[in-house]
Amino acid sequence: MLITKLKSSNELDEFFSKKLFVFKCFGCSEVYFPEEEINNFASGKQEKISGIAQIDYLCNEDFAKRYIEKNVDRIHNCEGIIVFSCGVGVQVVARLLENKAVYPGCNTFYLNGFQGLTVLECDCGQCGQCYLNHTGGICPITSCAKGLLNGPCGGAKNKKCEVHPEVDCGWISIYERLKKINEGSTLKKKGVLIRNFEKIIKGI
Amino acid sequence: MEKKNLSQKLKEGKFVITSEIGPPKGTNIEPHLKEAEHIKDEVDAFNVTDLQSSVMRLGSLATCRLLVERELEPVFQITCRDRNRLALQSDLLSAYVLGVKNVLCLTGDHTTLGDHPDAKPVFDLDSVSLLKVATELMNGKDMKGNELDGKPEFFLGAVVSPGYEPLELQIIKMEKKIEAGARFFQTQAVYDLLSFEKFMKAVEKYNVPILGGIVLLKSAGMAKYMNEKVAGVTVPEKYIKMMAAAKKEERAKVSVQIAAELIKGMKGLCQGIHIMPLGWEKYVPDVLEASRI
Repeated sequence: MLITKLKSSNELDEFFSKKLFVFKCFGCSEVYFPEEEINNFASGKQEKISGIAQIDYLCNEDFAKRYIEKNVDRIHNCEGIIVFSCGVGVQVVARLLENKAVYPGCNTFYLNGFQGLTVLECDCGQCGQCYLNHTGGICPITSCAKGLLNGPCGGAKNKKCEVHPEVDCGWISIYERLKKINEGSTLKKKGVLIRNFEKIIKGI
Repeated sequence: MEKKNLSQKLKEGKFVITSEIGPPKGTNIEPHLKEAEHIKDEVDAFNVTDLQSSVMRLGSLATCRLLVERELEPVFQITCRDRNRLALQSDLLSAYVLGVKNVLCLTGDHTTLGDHPDAKPVFDLDSVSLLKVATELMNGKDMKGNELDGKPEFFLGAVVSPGYEPLELQIIKMEKKIEAGARFFQTQAVYDLLSFEKFMKAVEKYNVPILGGIVLLKSAGMAKYMNEKVAGVTVPEKYIKMMAAAKKEERAKVSVQIAAELIKGMKGLCQGIHIMPLGWEKYVPDVLEASRI
């Protein structure tokens, strides 16, 4: 779970314009997890929540799968998923529920010496300003060799990255996933995104 | 009468021709300037590449200034690969005071593809955010909203790849570039007029001038290499066969013929062409001559 902070209430309110299923991960909660804030926030959104699953180590796909199976009806009945965890947890849920919109409830901040517990393809850059809601649960920073936020570079050939020809272009994956969850227009809507490196350097 | 610039010519509906200078690896710029001067009457502006293919070379901005001094109109290519947001904004201001107004904003190839693969890649901004920042400078503010003492004016351009798959994603990015301030586009090399026409139809609604990209084929091997490796480029089999059938001394002639055929086809489709000679600058006059209708 690393150091996570709740996203702004504006962002969270936007996600909760839909009926959501909630995942809360307490795996690394000994580091820092805003449990109380999350519970407070969730208690104000009862009518917008189709169900809540509390889980340890969402980054472990097997655990995550089991919880999804247990909640299959309630997940089926929601319009999207919100995941309160680090960026890895959000991406694992997005991979497992490929037809659902998945939103990050937290921003994940950089923590020295902490590189996660499970070997996984998806990675969290701990950038402090989670973009996964803009990008269908696929991280543009760790899945794009240039870490681009506003769409692909022109370099992908046959959908593969110009830097790593064996790896899928992160932005084409994002585009395909957004289409699958009917959020294709998100790419146009979100305006111009620019990173804030102060969040990494100062952790604020 | 004052000479019209690229922006004015496009506004008036002239079919414009831009070419490209790739600065040398070293200081020997003179031959490149001579080549540009040689074709200046037929070319409306010269792009100057910014460490093209991530290979360390003489700078784009200095070369642009040398063109200005010779009364040639430059298009300053600026990438996000080597500069953070402070340097990018500063270089844009520098360009303006050096008399360089056309700016082509690019993300840039990755550092690992060039001759210093061990370099730190920057990519602090990207093509879209760079365009937005350049627009903000034109409005008298830096990207943090601080007031500028004297504001620049630019004619901002960007690139688009008509052969990109999936095309819709490319067009979404193009739309973002227009919203961020792009006022003209130059394209990746075009070899297939039918698919280029489809692309032009799809982007017609944006009403922004597009200069179709022309890359001179040097050999059948180069065409095959591009088909295999270069994003968004597909050289049709007929051109590969033409290049393969040509004797070595005739290759340039055949290449010129292919380029001329493409340019003629583009004349009804887009607002100009952008020729990337990649070392074959000396054949540009032949291409332009052969493409006259």
